Amino acid sequence: MRFKGKAWKFGKDIDTDQIIPARYLNTSDPKELAKHCMEDADPEFVKKMQAGDIIVADKNFGCGSSREHAPISIKAAGISCVIAKSFARIFYRNSFNMGLPILECPEAVDSINESDEIEVDIDTGKIVNLTKNKTFNSQPIPPFMQELINTGGLMEWVKKKVKA
Amino acid sequence: MPMTITEKILAEHAGLKEVVPGQLINAKVDIALGNDITAPIAIKEFRESGAKKVYDKEKVVLVPDHFTPNKDIKSAEQCKILREFAKEQELTNYFEGGDVGVEHALLPEKGIVLPGDLVIGADSHTCTYGALGAFATGVGSTDLAACMVTGEAWFKVPESIKFIYKGKLNKWVDGKDLILYAIGKIGVDGALYKAMEFCGDTIENLSMDSRLSMCNMAIEAGGKNGIIAPDKITEDYVKERAKRKYKFYSSDKDAKYSQIFEYDTAKIAPQVAFPNLPENTRNITDVGDVPIDQVVIGSCTNGRMEDLRIAAMILKGKKVAKYVRLIVIPATPLIYKQAVDEGLFDIFLDAGAIISPPTCGPCLGGHMGVLAEGERAIATTNRNFIGRMGHPKSEVYLSNPAVAAASAVKGRIAHPDEVMK
Repeated sequence: MRFKGKAWKFGKDIDTDQIIPARYLNTSDPKELAKHCMEDADPEFVKKMQAGDIIVADKNFGCGSSREHAPISIKAAGISCVIAKSFARIFYRNSFNMGLPILECPEAVDSINESDEIEVDIDTGKIVNLTKNKTFNSQPIPPFMQELINTGGLMEWVKKKVKA
Repeated sequence: MPMTITEKILAEHAGLKEVVPGQLINAKVDIALGNDITAPIAIKEFRESGAKKVYDKEKVVLVPDHFTPNKDIKSAEQCKILREFAKEQELTNYFEGGDVGVEHALLPEKGIVLPGDLVIGADSHTCTYGALGAFATGVGSTDLAACMVTGEAWFKVPESIKFIYKGKLNKWVDGKDLILYAIGKIGVDGALYKAMEFCGDTIENLSMDSRLSMCNMAIEAGGKNGIIAPDKITEDYVKERAKRKYKFYSSDKDAKYSQIFEYDTAKIAPQVAFPNLPENTRNITDVGDVPIDQVVIGSCTNGRMEDLRIAAMILKGKKVAKYVRLIVIPATPLIYKQAVDEGLFDIFLDAGAIISPPTCGPCLGGHMGVLAEGERAIATTNRNFIGRMGHPKSEVYLSNPAVAAASAVKGRIAHPDEVMK
């Protein structure tokens, strides 16, 4: 899977309350959640971004709550991929389980500026900053997680297992 | 091979003799928990998988506690999904109405989670149950859905960090301060993906309520789980509550830790975490003049009897400062009743407090005490993120119940000694 999009930069420790504030958690409808994606980090974000764009964040992205509404809102808003220096563990797990591509790559995060044009190859973990003409290799995705992605997420994997 | 308590519980549940950090395992789950925010997604995914019955109706637990009593129509619809599923699946452990409490206070109280268990919950504060010597960790809705089908969950075995606390607790210091202190030292990702094992003579003498507060906040340091080796205090807590067998595990003496921290408890004063991260801790003596609009005493961190008793001790015969709202939230119906029986409600009401039914409510800005723009609260909850309790331009400071109660009286963040002369 390859994605190309514009980078939107965020700082460190962006928590799930900033990604999708709890005041919107009385629904789990992806379309509703998408309207408020990143609202408490940047109230204008949803208006500014375009489908296919990429979120680039510092360390510990997605810390806090276990709400899967966070990766759901990001995916439903049309963000193709999140690159961060590191992810909080439940967010990391949720993203793989529900199929939001995420990559850990501190060097790429440091190099990318807001609005840079970025190309990402999820299968190889290669990140290219097209604006600056620089290439980075992200942390390899563990084989089991790769299997989850290839199967189409945890529930597809479970269905396959139940049938077998 | 020597193992930590976390590794031993994971190995046993994966049917393996031993596990090592980094290893991916599939493990059997003793209790799988969901609430009114996370379970609706899990139930939808469960249905889409084609499964008809949950793996064990005793082990799938649903607790609608976040926006209950239902704050609006949408929340009511979410809760309805849980209720209908619980009926259809004949779940033993479904709680609502006068039976519902804040999940992480309710499950230990009812003996639903026990020492040696492997627990997953679609709620990040599921790590609370480590206080009982269980491996308990927060997951998302999809993990819960998969577990409802299979009874299993996948894990990467975490490295463990040992936190040794030595010495006697200072006056007005409890478990909340011990964990805030550690988070202040290591940061909100200081234990990312790791198990946090708490030990030392301070912990050995710590009450169960304080242990639950500590393990509750392991996630605020990024931890996968917090855990305390079970002992006599654990045994006393669980023996009357348990309806099934449980098992005590402990770490081997030469078990491997990625880091070891040792803290002298004599140096730990009551802690206050400033906005917008739990790592922004200061000693109460270094807080300065911080006026407040609201005080919340409750939550899965500090809504238990020990917390209400110390708040009442400070509030007895005093009044909440003018223009300040004090909201007290007993975490479960049993705690609520016990607080009435002990006369604590009289003290709270005489002081001018609002007493809420058990709910997560204001902790996540849900209801029962949402903040306006520019307002400031001190709370015994666990998170002070941007907008956590309401408006994105409101502020939350975190503390123990004694500091919160004293602050309610003073109308600014205050040391308990200021009101207990």
